[in-house]
Amino acid sequence: MRDVSIIGIGQTKVGEHWHRSLRDLAVDAISAALKDAKVERVGALYVGNMLSGELTAQEHLGALLADWAGLGSIEAVKVEAACASGAAAVRLGYIGVASGIQDFVLVCGVEKMTDADAETTTAAWSAAVDADYEASHGPSFAAINALLMRRYMYEFGVQRQDFAPFAVNAHQNGVNNPCAMFRSPISAEAFEKARMIADPISLLDAAPICDGAAAVVLCPSDRAREFVGKPVRIRGSAMATDRLALHSRSDPLCLHAAQVSAQKAYQQAGVGPHDINALELHDAFTVMAALSLEACGFAERGKGVRLAQEGEITLQGRIPISTMGGLKARGHPVGATGVYQIVELVEQLRGEAGANQIDCRLGMAQSIGGSGATAITHILEAQEER
Amino acid sequence: MKPARDVGIVGYGAYVPRYRLPASEVSRVWMEGRAALPVEEKSVPGLDEDTVTMAIEAARNALARGGVAPEALRAVWVGSESHPYAVKPTSTIVAEAIGATPQVSAADWEFACKAGTEALQAAIAFVGSGMADYAMAIGMDTAQARPGDALEYTAAAGGAAYIVGPREESLAYLEGSYSSVTDTPDFFRRPYQHYPEHGGRFTGRPSYFKHTTSAVRALLDELGYTPGDFAAAVFHQPNIKFPQRVAQMLGFSKEQIQAGMLVPKVGNTYAGSSLLGLTAILDEAKPGDRVLLASFGSGAGSDAFSFVVTDLIKERQALAPRTQAYVARRKPIDYASYIRYRKKLQIH
Repeated sequence: MRDVSIIGIGQTKVGEHWHRSLRDLAVDAISAALKDAKVERVGALYVGNMLSGELTAQEHLGALLADWAGLGSIEAVKVEAACASGAAAVRLGYIGVASGIQDFVLVCGVEKMTDADAETTTAAWSAAVDADYEASHGPSFAAINALLMRRYMYEFGVQRQDFAPFAVNAHQNGVNNPCAMFRSPISAEAFEKARMIADPISLLDAAPICDGAAAVVLCPSDRAREFVGKPVRIRGSAMATDRLALHSRSDPLCLHAAQVSAQKAYQQAGVGPHDINALELHDAFTVMAALSLEACGFAERGKGVRLAQEGEITLQGRIPISTMGGLKARGHPVGATGVYQIVELVEQLRGEAGANQIDCRLGMAQSIGGSGATAITHILEAQEER
Repeated sequence: MKPARDVGIVGYGAYVPRYRLPASEVSRVWMEGRAALPVEEKSVPGLDEDTVTMAIEAARNALARGGVAPEALRAVWVGSESHPYAVKPTSTIVAEAIGATPQVSAADWEFACKAGTEALQAAIAFVGSGMADYAMAIGMDTAQARPGDALEYTAAAGGAAYIVGPREESLAYLEGSYSSVTDTPDFFRRPYQHYPEHGGRFTGRPSYFKHTTSAVRALLDELGYTPGDFAAAVFHQPNIKFPQRVAQMLGFSKEQIQAGMLVPKVGNTYAGSSLLGLTAILDEAKPGDRVLLASFGSGAGSDAFSFVVTDLIKERQALAPRTQAYVARRKPIDYASYIRYRKKLQIH
């Protein structure tokens, strides 16, 4: 098994791209990543996406984007794991290079959510939960997560308002990310007054519906410096699943898949939570951020919110999260998000994070599908010169 | 654009039906009272009202203010999204009712909410070319929204009629106009559909804001004006937020748009919206006031006009009911009565 490095990154701004289609956005990100990597040809393309069929009547994204980006007759396939599709694509790209079967791999996460009205998009997103035993009863994806938030508040004695630091931190960091969808700060007061989507989840708890694409180029670590000066090595890559329906889980308040994939990634990298300088976690909803911190070992069970209240999640804190805005402020173009997380960690590790730069040697990204049924964790480091 | 001959508004008249459905009623029925309300209330036409009846009353008000003999009109053009017939013009019924037939051009106009200002552009051209001394343009609607849809809070009824004539007889003369249009499907209805479809957030930035700002900026550029040169401005009013935001984007103040902002208490009168807002401005205007009118129609486009009020305004304002009098003449109804009046109740 070989070490794998990231030698190129590309991303579009996240937002409502009325004038750009799914393929337009993907080609923008792919072109930028290839240019950044100084690579012209790749051997394979993995496309992370969840909703292209339902919202844009388009499946077969592997072939479409290999065609549209002029990549030639390479092997290409769409990878889907609900909200973790982008990270799943990164995982498969990693396996391709680590196994020695592929040398240069392009991974592109893309999602186009604004070609359908909000009701259609919300309904489509429900495919992330159990169609027969959850969605068929009527709850939206937000409602399923609202059940989790309500239980969290009940079991751990936390008020709705206590989740504010997650949203406030995300928006604060979004201010300095030119690719973020939301670039203005929000206050705790605004969080308190925000309109309910699925009580207790409000508009400011939840990531937005949006469009975007991000891409990375992977290659064997021992060839990375032929192309770029600051490659980033993947130290850990691990995926785990849990029972799909929330009600099937023995302990819904423990993101078991996230815990397992984090542990496997830590083990592979030979590190622990105390070694991580930045965490791009899956803050699709503020409760998910709290549970992720706990699953990854940064806080004890039920204490994730307290960690945020103590300011430890900010850029100055012990474990900066959502350093470029996270899902809440940078945005959550569902299938693309997992790749945006990797791109942003690479920016931190290269020292290219601008005003949001932290002292970063080891970064961790974790993407979660559905209400916790898939979790994919990557640990990255700035590659030392040999 | 300027016509070959100077023209202006000789007479104007408004109409708003008396019934009002509070937005809180729609919220009560559909959202257990928890919806964010985009307006306070909207006007609802009565059982015996439609675009024809309302256009006739507005036309009579315009004739009263204009002091023009109806047989002198050479065009009666009604713009609406709710013409009672798909084939058979609203305009002929209105023209006959007000005594303008037979020597008159009468056809219906459609461009969603800017059908009325399209008719106004044409009336300006008709008189401005010398083909006619007087032409009437009307924007009027009894807008229908699907029950439970976001637009149900605001889809309202009402509008206004304008008589375009020679500048010397005008209570406000035209300085210039500009029309800006693209093929943008933000809101549409097929002939077999009863209710329109809309693109949600697509109706905002790429539709309403893009077209309104392009037309206004082009007009101001052509005329060499800035927002500060205007005493008042009126934009299309689908809700309270959009006209406020577009005014801010263009550099107009809250005070400048105040007189024309009827949407909080009347709702969105579609093809009547910006034209109705203009009547409210004219009701209070002073000689020398420069006024901007900028409509928006889905599909999409915007017509922008610059008018300057003349000395003749003073003697004409009181010759017909003022728009605020129509607004104040209100009878609130509940959701059930609204469903009955709008014929949404199916009797099997």
